[in-house]
Amino acid sequence: MTTLTAKDKQTVKAFWAKVSGKSEDIGADAVARMLVVYPQTKIYFSHWPDQSPNSPAARKHGITVMMGVGDAVTKMDDLKEGLKELSQLHAFTLRVDPGNFKILSHNILVVMAVMFPTDFTPEVHVSLDKFLAAVSLALSEKYR
Amino acid sequence: MPENSVSADLQTGSDKMVEWTDFERDTIKDIFSRIEYDVVGPAALARCLVVYPWTQRYFSGFGNLYNAAAIKGNPMVSKHGTTIMHGLDRAVKNLDDIENTYTELSVLHSEKLHVDPDNFKLLADCLTIVVAAQLGKEFTGEVQAAFQKFLAVVVSSLGRQYH
Repeated sequence: MTTLTAKDKQTVKAFWAKVSGKSEDIGADAVARMLVVYPQTKIYFSHWPDQSPNSPAARKHGITVMMGVGDAVTKMDDLKEGLKELSQLHAFTLRVDPGNFKILSHNILVVMAVMFPTDFTPEVHVSLDKFLAAVSLALSEKYR
Repeated sequence: MPENSVSADLQTGSDKMVEWTDFERDTIKDIFSRIEYDVVGPAALARCLVVYPWTQRYFSGFGNLYNAAAIKGNPMVSKHGTTIMHGLDRAVKNLDDIENTYTELSVLHSEKLHVDPDNFKLLADCLTIVVAAQLGKEFTGEVQAAFQKFLAVVVSSLGRQYH
């Protein structure tokens, strides 16, 4: 399920080239939606003074996440190696339950549909979904 | 945490009514009054067949599903997508009793169509994406939460008669 074909990689790279200019807005909206639609995810941010979805901390976190996604696009030929340090961070420091990667991925896809309704075709959707699943798997690599 | 999909997890037992806030009721009815069933339904089903190709197993009588273009142009897919939306409409009109509204449909999907109930969540996720694309910025996080809660109740009700 997470082997990216050449077509997947090409599709993701082409779509990312179109949308990466908005990556900060994409990330901020995805994190905001996650906090609203899946309130259980707020537990990971109990250290924020302001846990509201549009708080500066939430926006900053969205930007951080999308920078990671953008980085993963450049490393998609070997995500396990490329995301090694991020995996260590998530495994030993953040200890985010991997189910939440799927939740955030879903919200990234929703934001793509909202912001790029014409470009986010079913073909782009399937390749991006596979890519985000592969990123999630690489992030879980060091968990156990 | 749901493993197979991200539709909001719900605990509804037969002795527990789903409670809707006024915002949720208004939002759900508003969405369904604004979307065109014969646009959104076909788009959502086609997207599901492309993004989760194993779901094609239920549509072997539909003819050409060989690629995304064929799926999108397939008239049987379109017709069924519209049918699905009218099925959802029944839930919108019976928000306080979706479970009973769907008893027969649940039996149908289990006994006759033999649909893996995990697949309902996949279609629900595709429907969320299509509605998001239609509504754009108006599909706020709060609207998304209401819509996904509605779909989670639908999905749960459709799976109730499986045994």
